[in-house]
Amino acid sequence: MRNGEIVTAGVLALFSLYLMWKSAELPIGYISGQGPGGGAWPFWLSAIMLVCCGFTAFNWWRRTSPPSQSDEPMLDSYGWRMLFLVGGGIVVFVGLVNVISMYGAIAVFLLYYTRYLGRHGWPLSLSLALITPVLFFFFFEGAMRITLPSGMPFTDPVFNVLYEIIY
Amino acid sequence: MEVLSLLANGMLLALQPLNLALILIGVSVGLFIGAMPGLGSVNGVAILLPVTFLVPPSGAIIFLAAIYYGAMYGGAISSITLGIPGASTAVATTFDGRPLARQGRASLALVTAALASFVGGTVANVLFTLFAPLLANVALSFGPPEVFALMLLAFATFIGLGGDDIPKTIFSICFGLVLGAVGFDQISGAPRLVLFDINGFLQGIGFLVLAIGVYGIGEMLWTIEQTRGEVTTTTPKMTVKGMAADTKEAVAKGWKGTTIGSFLGFFVGVLPAAGATPGSLMSYGVAKMISRRPGEFGKGNPDGVAAPEAANNSASTGSMLPMLTLGIPGSPTTAILLGGMVIWGLVPGPRLFVDETEFVWGLIGSFYISNVAAVLINLAFIPVFIWMLRMPFTILAPMIFVLSITGGYAATRDMFDVWLMVIFGIGAFFLRKFDYPLAPAVLAIVLGPIAEPTLRQSLLLSSGDPSIFFTRPIAGPITVVALILIFLPALKLLRRGRAKRPDEGRTTS
Repeated sequence: MRNGEIVTAGVLALFSLYLMWKSAELPIGYISGQGPGGGAWPFWLSAIMLVCCGFTAFNWWRRTSPPSQSDEPMLDSYGWRMLFLVGGGIVVFVGLVNVISMYGAIAVFLLYYTRYLGRHGWPLSLSLALITPVLFFFFFEGAMRITLPSGMPFTDPVFNVLYEIIY
Repeated sequence: MEVLSLLANGMLLALQPLNLALILIGVSVGLFIGAMPGLGSVNGVAILLPVTFLVPPSGAIIFLAAIYYGAMYGGAISSITLGIPGASTAVATTFDGRPLARQGRASLALVTAALASFVGGTVANVLFTLFAPLLANVALSFGPPEVFALMLLAFATFIGLGGDDIPKTIFSICFGLVLGAVGFDQISGAPRLVLFDINGFLQGIGFLVLAIGVYGIGEMLWTIEQTRGEVTTTTPKMTVKGMAADTKEAVAKGWKGTTIGSFLGFFVGVLPAAGATPGSLMSYGVAKMISRRPGEFGKGNPDGVAAPEAANNSASTGSMLPMLTLGIPGSPTTAILLGGMVIWGLVPGPRLFVDETEFVWGLIGSFYISNVAAVLINLAFIPVFIWMLRMPFTILAPMIFVLSITGGYAATRDMFDVWLMVIFGIGAFFLRKFDYPLAPAVLAIVLGPIAEPTLRQSLLLSSGDPSIFFTRPIAGPITVVALILIFLPALKLLRRGRAKRPDEGRTTS
């Protein structure tokens, strides 16, 4: 944790510098008759962020913050595994949205999570994976008139049937 | 007396069978929409606006106002049960509502939220009835310096939210404000902070993207990692006796927050540029500040639920005031209501109270009725919301992820935002590991777009002289209080450091 805190502060300091540089694409000073330039607000806020990173590093050096006093690893093997399985699952879920539609991605993600990670039985996992997207479809597309991504053209026949029902 | 007779007539109009039915349907629909992450009163009102052309204007505005009311009540539900603030107005409710739910006290949190919302709404209705024209004039005297001072005060109250690590809290606030500045410069219209030259950033970063990322994804990853997947979901028993006990406890432990939220929320809501979000978070900050045990805030203090909930309801009624009396909408939802009124042939403004007496007082009467309907319907649904929490965590967690992704998409209809949400969620997980408070960032991204233009307009007014924030009669005191609040924690730390040094000297000698 101790190493992690100073690395995080360093990364955030670099990000703050990047934001300062990016803000400076617009004027950051006071323009007579126009007020503060368009980049002034984010520039000076990013500068404060940089100063805060400096203070965080100072506190790390003094060992006053709880992470700077801790010798534990930032994530143990369980933590990394969890991050890979759950975080990775979410990334795949979002990646699938434009391929098999939002509803298809919901079904796959729910099946993966409840069956593989949650170790629930097939009947429960399958029911959740199939019923939830249908309910979501009727809520978003039918009631709220919000169209969610329908994926690649091969999903069209399914959506045609569903649109027949609601329109 | 004249006001009372007008109000009585208005209530009679609101109680007509058609209007009463519209109130009940509106409140129920609003409650459901408000409880969905990603959807808020603005969605409900916008979607159902065309439906209102089927009924007379008075019935139409009553229906839309009922949806607005229901959604304000509903916002607390996802904050408490799922830990995802469905709307910016319910962010502060998450701070103590979610910890209460985790402790198995979700029903207490929900009852507190419902009762506080009811009291907030009622206080606001009374203030609205009695002081509408007067308050409209006060609100008009708030120029950019006053609004910026108010924002500064809101940021100052944030600093107290982040615990003792002040640099990390200030970092979080500034980070949220910078994210709020991404997209276009509001004044010159030039593209600004288009990060890594990715065009998706041109549309800016919405509050929901950060809020759902932090709370819907980051918070869930954190919970799964911390509890090693063995999350003990709360299994509260919902009985009539249990709810009566919760009601008693909610009144005993939440009255202070409710009182603060009701009055402060209304006043902030009345200001044209502010609205329910600053009102709710300022009320939370003030309730924490004046509490005898501020350390309990953020860990499940009913006052921490009551203050923002009373405030957001009170503010939503308050925001109707500039809309009706001045024709200035105080929030996106009231902007749509205003549009509806124009379509129905009504002209909002000072003449509305004179020219359309029946309409105005019918609407005000409906506020009272909607408020009663909303609290009753909300309380009746609490067992259903509690039932959700009794699901095994391995079912609840993926459902929350699914709601987060679909809700995040539904708000902007852009997959770029969904990817950004996932990145924020994973980033928030790591930042939380190192004690970076993220709530201030979420609140700052909401207030940033209000704060920046008012700061720039103020400095333009004063030709760059910052003393404008100290010399004006309303802005001056607010700025001074804000600065005291900002520097107070630093002074406390210095004092603590000085007090430690002699002790250390003694132990070493």
